[in-house]
Amino acid sequence: MRQIMHLFGMALLVSSGSALAAWELNMPRGVTETSHTVYDLHMLILWICVAIGVVVFGVMFWSIYAHRKSKGAQAAQFHESTTVEVIWTIIPFIILIGMAIPSTTTLIDMYDSSESDIDIKVTGYQWKWHYDYINDGVDFFSVLKTPKEEIYNEQEKNPNYLLDVDNELVVPIDKKIRFLFTANDVLHAWWVPEIAIKKDTIPGFINESWTRIKEPGTYRGQCAELCGKDHGFMPIVVKAVTQPEYDKWLADQKAAGAAKAAEADKDWTLDELVTAGAAVYQKNCAACHMPDGSGMPPAFPALNNNPMMQGDDVTAHMEVVINGVPGSAMAAYGKQMTAVDLAAVITYKRNTWENKTGGMVSPADVQAFMDK
Amino acid sequence: MSELTMTTDHHDHGPAKGIGRWLFTTNHKDIGTMYLVFSLIMFLIGGLFAFVIRAELFQPGMQLVDPNFFNQMTTMHGLVMVFGAVMPGFVGLANWQIPLMIGAPDMALPRMNNWSFWILPFAFSMLIATFFMDGGAPAFGWTFYAPLSTTYAPPSVTFFIFAVHMMGISSIMGAMNIIVTIFNMRAPGMSLMQMPMFVWTWLITAFLLVAVMPVLAAVVTMMLMDIHFATSFFNAAGGGDPVLFQHVFWFFGHPEVYIMILPAFGVVSEIIPTFARKKLFGYHSMVYATVSIAVLSLVVWAHHMFTVGMPIAGQLFFMFATMLIAVPTGVKVFNWIATMFKGSMTFETPMLFAIGFVVLFTIGGFSGVMLAIAPIDFQYQDTYFVVAHFHYVLVPGAVFGIMAGVYYWLPKWVGRMYDEGLGKMHFWLSFIGLNITFFPMHFVGLAGMPRRIPDYALQFADFNMMASAGAFIFGTSQLIFVYLIIKAARSGETADQVPWESAEGLEWTLPTPLPYHTFTTPPVIEK
Ligand SMILES: [Cu+2]
Repeated sequence: MRQIMHLFGMALLVSSGSALAAWELNMPRGVTETSHTVYDLHMLILWICVAIGVVVFGVMFWSIYAHRKSKGAQAAQFHESTTVEVIWTIIPFIILIGMAIPSTTTLIDMYDSSESDIDIKVTGYQWKWHYDYINDGVDFFSVLKTPKEEIYNEQEKNPNYLLDVDNELVVPIDKKIRFLFTANDVLHAWWVPEIAIKKDTIPGFINESWTRIKEPGTYRGQCAELCGKDHGFMPIVVKAVTQPEYDKWLADQKAAGAAKAAEADKDWTLDELVTAGAAVYQKNCAACHMPDGSGMPPAFPALNNNPMMQGDDVTAHMEVVINGVPGSAMAAYGKQMTAVDLAAVITYKRNTWENKTGGMVSPADVQAFMDK
Repeated sequence: MSELTMTTDHHDHGPAKGIGRWLFTTNHKDIGTMYLVFSLIMFLIGGLFAFVIRAELFQPGMQLVDPNFFNQMTTMHGLVMVFGAVMPGFVGLANWQIPLMIGAPDMALPRMNNWSFWILPFAFSMLIATFFMDGGAPAFGWTFYAPLSTTYAPPSVTFFIFAVHMMGISSIMGAMNIIVTIFNMRAPGMSLMQMPMFVWTWLITAFLLVAVMPVLAAVVTMMLMDIHFATSFFNAAGGGDPVLFQHVFWFFGHPEVYIMILPAFGVVSEIIPTFARKKLFGYHSMVYATVSIAVLSLVVWAHHMFTVGMPIAGQLFFMFATMLIAVPTGVKVFNWIATMFKGSMTFETPMLFAIGFVVLFTIGGFSGVMLAIAPIDFQYQDTYFVVAHFHYVLVPGAVFGIMAGVYYWLPKWVGRMYDEGLGKMHFWLSFIGLNITFFPMHFVGLAGMPRRIPDYALQFADFNMMASAGAFIFGTSQLIFVYLIIKAARSGETADQVPWESAEGLEWTLPTPLPYHTFTTPPVIEK
């Protein structure tokens, strides 16, 4: 007991430094009809368990207190009673039926994803999320925003440490949103506690779920299925906004998409590509091949001083980046990035660290390769 | 249960000398000892991995290890504890106790018994050697879901598959031996319904092992084919299905949970009556409950997979079947409490561990009922709530079960008493330490912390620090256990033939110190 008190004291001391409520004990009630039902069901089952526990442990501790040899207790001789045994088989059974009924109705409701207003396809990647607003032609990746310096304790951690992304999933409130889940590489699971959705994303298969968010706000979650090295670093941020805000956001996204497409036609210089490529590299490649290109052999080869990055055979390099390496963790980035980003990152890798080819790969080269 | 007469052994052969005794032994006592020592060593190694995990999670941010090594730690912690510590621990208890409790001179298949033990050190050496291979040890979790464990696995996965095959062969041989021994070697006159509960629970466990270990072998073989022979069992691009992996794995994996807990049920069913000085309440319903749990355990596997997107009919079936397990499990708990009720209890170390088992296992059972409810399981699945749940079932469940058994029977095995004061200290530090470790995990899980992450958001910081501190207490207090066993074996006080006031059963009819060969003439069971 003293140890527990001591620990509590210690932990309190530590937490008093931060303004965060770090003693959250329970599931959030959430912001959807479903999440409220789930929360209420959770509390109901919890209290039933607590009640049973009080009775069972009550009898047990009373026996331990009263029927001990040191108090002169004499052992009774009984060792079975059909009546009692039947009763304590039937009573739990009835309680379980009581639990099963609301559980079943809740589950049926959660499975009904018909008549949606918006469909969003969610794809899990090692280690980021891709969101595709199927009906609106808007799609983007969503990647962890927390800087390495915070993770490696060189900078103070901000309140949304590990729960911040570059591009949030923006959705309108009071609309039925249907999610279609799939994955590109391994299994992931898309989980946002406050809307009570957790669904595995499975390569080659599509899962469904739906939500209707009642309150505007930012709701954070994480990948919940072990998906490799950076499983802990692929958060989810859902931003629920009013319909007009959503419309404006959607229009902005479409405009930005058009601008991006126009970039492909521009004449890029080596320096511009290297600068743009550095950013693409840090976002997409550095997790495995490391910021300094040293990699993590054998799974993730070093790119620095890599003959492929230094030689003249640009096609081989493009092949790996664009089509991936089947049977390995190297994904086919041709499906994930624009020609500009691909050209930029390939050029960057050929002109940084100790790889100094001086040559560049233009978006047009990449496009030509992909069209072949 | 039964009265009996003892005939003394006339020509008692002692053990062979030197290392040969252990390499070539066919004696159930020697093999039991080797299993138990092996289990203890694995428990300490697995504990070391847990130490690394809890040290990294002591504070937010990455401090000690990189994320990939962290995943290797969680994977190897699970594998070593499940296959190296808990399962061999119970097989060790079975080897020692089943012949003594049914009045048999040895196991039915003594040479196979030797072999099934000696496979294990090789299997685990190979598994642990993967740390030193290119790409490191397996890092895909002890549940090794494909395709993370196939296409995306480090090269060492092939050695992992081989090691799992060897462990599987060892378990199947051990289980067959136990079944054959119980069916054929009981003392004349001992009917099945007269067997001690520990023997009953092991008989049922052995059947589960024979039923599901081949399925584990199948799933790793399918992995091997996918990795090296271009099949696509678990690859959608080739017409396979990653979810198939989970179905096959959990068809093994869920009964595996009961394989790790049923023998513990047996151990506490022996201990509680002894220290309550009262016969076990509801022997028959105990047996039926154990059989029901084992049968149900074969049809609930997909409750580990509520989020994979099963059709709703499947979801409902597995939810109802899982909830049903609460009924026979409840019967067992009620029976133990009814045994204590109006007894005359004392609280020596084995009894403390048995009571700790009943209380904390029941808490794990409650969270199990919550997890069975599919719509709310969506919120619990793959969070620390699950981690809390299965550690409550496995640490104060399976591990306390083994320890209770060791304390209970050690005086008979080594002929000397352990230090009661140290035993009690071991119990209380373990009890406090594990609750500080695992109880807060319920909270962080509910609040949204996924499992198997090397770093976490700030709102989980305080409870994680608490859990790590608890793990430190729990881990170091296990050294008391090691010291206590060595001390008892070397210099403990000589134990009485029946060290516990009202212990019943054939094992206590044997002299202390125990001869190397016992029951060479079967005892006579009088009805
Ligand atoms: Cu993931």
